[in-house]
Amino acid sequence: MRRALPVMAPGIGSFRKERSRARTKPRPREERLVETHCCYCGVQCGMYLRVSGDGKVFGVEPRDHDINKMKLCPKGVTAYQQVNHTDRLTTPLMRDRRDQPLRPVSWDAAFDRVVSEIQTIQAKYGADAFAVYSGSSLTTEKCYLMGKFARVALGTKHVDYNGRLCMVSAAGANKKAFGVDRAANPWSDMLETDVIMLLGANVGECFPVATQYFWGARDRGAKLITVDPRETPIARTADIHVPLRPGTDAAFCNAVLHVIEREGLVDEEFIAARTIGWGQLREKVREYPPERAGKICGVDPALIEQVALTWGRADKAMAFHARGIEHHTQGVNNCLTVINLVLATGQIGRPGKGYGTITGQGNGQGGREHGQKSDQLPGQRMIEDPEARAHICRAWGITDEELPHKGTSAVEMVHQAERGEIAGWLGICNNPLVSMPNTDRIARGYDSLEFHCQIDFFLSETCVRADVVLPSTCWAEDEGVSTNAEGRVIKYNKAAEPPGEAKPDWWIVCEIARRLGRHADKFGFGSAREIFEELRVASAGGLADYSGMTYERIEQSGGIFWPCPSEDHPGTPRLFEQSFAHPDGLARFHAIDWQHPAEEVDDEFPLRLTTGRTVAHYLSGNQTRRIDALVQQTPSPWIEVHPDLGYSNGDPVRIVSRRGSATYPALVVASIRRDTVFIPYHWATPVAANLMTVDALDPTSLIPEFKVCACRIEPGVAMDETMPPPVPPGGQSYDFSRMTDRQPSAPQGRGTGRG
Amino acid sequence: MTKKALFIDPGRCIGCQACVAACRECDSHPGKSMIHLDYPDPGNSTAAAPTVCMHCSDPVAPCAQVCPTDAIPIDEQGIVGSASEELCIGCGNCVHACPFGVPKLDLVEMLQSKCDMCYDRTSQGKLPMCASVCPTDALFFGTQAELMQKRPGVQAVDIFGFGDETVRTNNAMVAPAGKNLDRIPGGYSREPDSRE
Repeated sequence: MRRALPVMAPGIGSFRKERSRARTKPRPREERLVETHCCYCGVQCGMYLRVSGDGKVFGVEPRDHDINKMKLCPKGVTAYQQVNHTDRLTTPLMRDRRDQPLRPVSWDAAFDRVVSEIQTIQAKYGADAFAVYSGSSLTTEKCYLMGKFARVALGTKHVDYNGRLCMVSAAGANKKAFGVDRAANPWSDMLETDVIMLLGANVGECFPVATQYFWGARDRGAKLITVDPRETPIARTADIHVPLRPGTDAAFCNAVLHVIEREGLVDEEFIAARTIGWGQLREKVREYPPERAGKICGVDPALIEQVALTWGRADKAMAFHARGIEHHTQGVNNCLTVINLVLATGQIGRPGKGYGTITGQGNGQGGREHGQKSDQLPGQRMIEDPEARAHICRAWGITDEELPHKGTSAVEMVHQAERGEIAGWLGICNNPLVSMPNTDRIARGYDSLEFHCQIDFFLSETCVRADVVLPSTCWAEDEGVSTNAEGRVIKYNKAAEPPGEAKPDWWIVCEIARRLGRHADKFGFGSAREIFEELRVASAGGLADYSGMTYERIEQSGGIFWPCPSEDHPGTPRLFEQSFAHPDGLARFHAIDWQHPAEEVDDEFPLRLTTGRTVAHYLSGNQTRRIDALVQQTPSPWIEVHPDLGYSNGDPVRIVSRRGSATYPALVVASIRRDTVFIPYHWATPVAANLMTVDALDPTSLIPEFKVCACRIEPGVAMDETMPPPVPPGGQSYDFSRMTDRQPSAPQGRGTGRG
Repeated sequence: MTKKALFIDPGRCIGCQACVAACRECDSHPGKSMIHLDYPDPGNSTAAAPTVCMHCSDPVAPCAQVCPTDAIPIDEQGIVGSASEELCIGCGNCVHACPFGVPKLDLVEMLQSKCDMCYDRTSQGKLPMCASVCPTDALFFGTQAELMQKRPGVQAVDIFGFGDETVRTNNAMVAPAGKNLDRIPGGYSREPDSRE
């Protein structure tokens, strides 16, 4: 009675109006399971890929890994469908002018063009006129290589990565307060805590599998406090939910600490022994009584008192946050106010006591600590620190003069391109035409480039604007390590050969370096493992020390937490048990004032727009908008509005900000504040949420303020159309036609039952 | 009760549809999900509820009883299968007879299909795909003792009232201990829980 899964285009068969072809496909006779992890969010769930005898990935099997205990979300279940997807790029694409279509070319022709453009641009305008923009969904080996490639092979200071759009605010705050940037505890610590506070984190949708830790804690009696302008699925059953106004997190946290200090619930002993700066902070939070914060945040002051007493009286408490408080012009400060609360009550460094940010990208942590960030070198070293520079120069065999200094951040680089300061661009593992704020300006930046090359495995909205597109591997076609939101290093294993002429990203980059000739001998890598071995040496002695890890050790364990400075070191699941990472071992308090967001509401734009994810899609959607099950769950975006605004479900609603406008179907929900509207950001123009968002940046982390800007809404005329994701020349686009009446019935998508 | 069963707790459901995506992966019905995932209070709440086959034990499988071609198999464990492709005539009797609204009828193929508790997996000792992946254990597969050990303060309900009819099931809903069962979806019965 067994019938096989289709090895062909994932899921397409099921929605053709004909007898399901899948039913007649034979099941592969042989099958093996490859141990690996999911490619998507920062949880990095373990999974097995099912591989047929002829080497095709055709399915998934749950894996009882220490992180996820067999659990997967809908993205994880269907992740394997990327591997043999008909949309995959299988050959290099090129065009001579932007008004021509992309056409398939040989690798040699593509490399010749890339190399000559780099050389021409750098000769004409200087080394820094060529920029590298990378991503954190790459393995750590590739992230390390991109930083080295930019600085050593190109000699440019302009290198940055898409974590700049993700959690750099948390990274900045962690560095300031603790001296190191990593979540402080393994998630299993949650099972021992009494109170969890979750700020700006839609865990049920963005990190569904992490929910088991939060609810495992609740099963053992812990209280859950959620802070979010929307009553998200995890907030729905929380013990206390604080629906504050977007952009007011710092005022809220200051007021919570105000009450805790007033009630004498601070941990004086901990403050005296392990921190600096309490005096100034105490004065500062005294300026934030709940009545004042209540007005700023738009919530009942009694709710703030209740949160403060619940947290302050807890024996053990833990705080977690995500993009909701980080995507702000005061993103670093928001995170610091949470850390202040944790430190003032001594809730860190013990089982059940701790703090962490939940990284959004699979390798968000590993991707930001090995040198593709504009201001950092491998091992979480700062690029302007002479000692760090000396170490890396030794590891790489170059002189200090040859190592560029600090560059600019992701969004700034695109703006520099618009001004003509950057003329050439190599992008890998990102899709800024969907993911960066103020999309129209980003498009102008990319269109201003004299040369633009993009490396990807699907043709993204950014790829279609490029001069050269190079086809790379997806995560199942190469090996390498990734560091999850806990700071745990896990390993992806290779399950299949890349399709057509697609090549591993590291091979592509090394080949460009070899042909460019500058320090070509430093890019002679023949495998991901060889890059990892060099990364171990380069990270040695740094904060993020991987030197004691080997592929074998990582695979034999449930993953190793850095720092791991020697091969007999067990790794460090919990940080700050004895001391913090500043030279004196003490943590820093920061007295923070709440500021208005970059763009406040006014008569013309009276509502706040906030953006975020939905459970069926991931980041810019270049991967998930092609997977049938996920498109059926959530085919297109919507605008979430409160019932008081007078719209009905499905009404066309036009949203207008100072930067752009678009018309979406209304999803009318009582679970959002009436002064706030929400749009999920995974789709491209003309329904890109980022057409409206503001490109104002945090002064420290340079993260854009995705989570709040001013807007107005009005009755729309015609809905803007969701376009299928681009496909390679000759390919067939995803058929959206039968989806037009499938508006979501809830923020998590459309129900599959009746009604 | 020592038999393994599916325990369904809508209170824990986050509506992510991992179960729906996982059900589509089953080797016996690739690309089709047998799970109904509803957002029962749209507009007011993000609440969600999965519906899988309850595998009715008393009366045994109303869907099978009304089938004119005896297409719906029941095994010795009481697991009610999908209609046989060879026998099913797509009449839809089972759809109307099911108290929980579980069977799906494909009007193009004229074929019924429904959740069979991942028979091809559970018969090999694997967990059903939906319960394996459910991020929050809203769908839990195991014995009642295992459920109680993991999750204190709950009760399992396997008796449902529909007007004058009482239906007893192999799978169970999870409700808070001490909760007035008037509120259990599908109705209620004051008979003591047979699992205790």
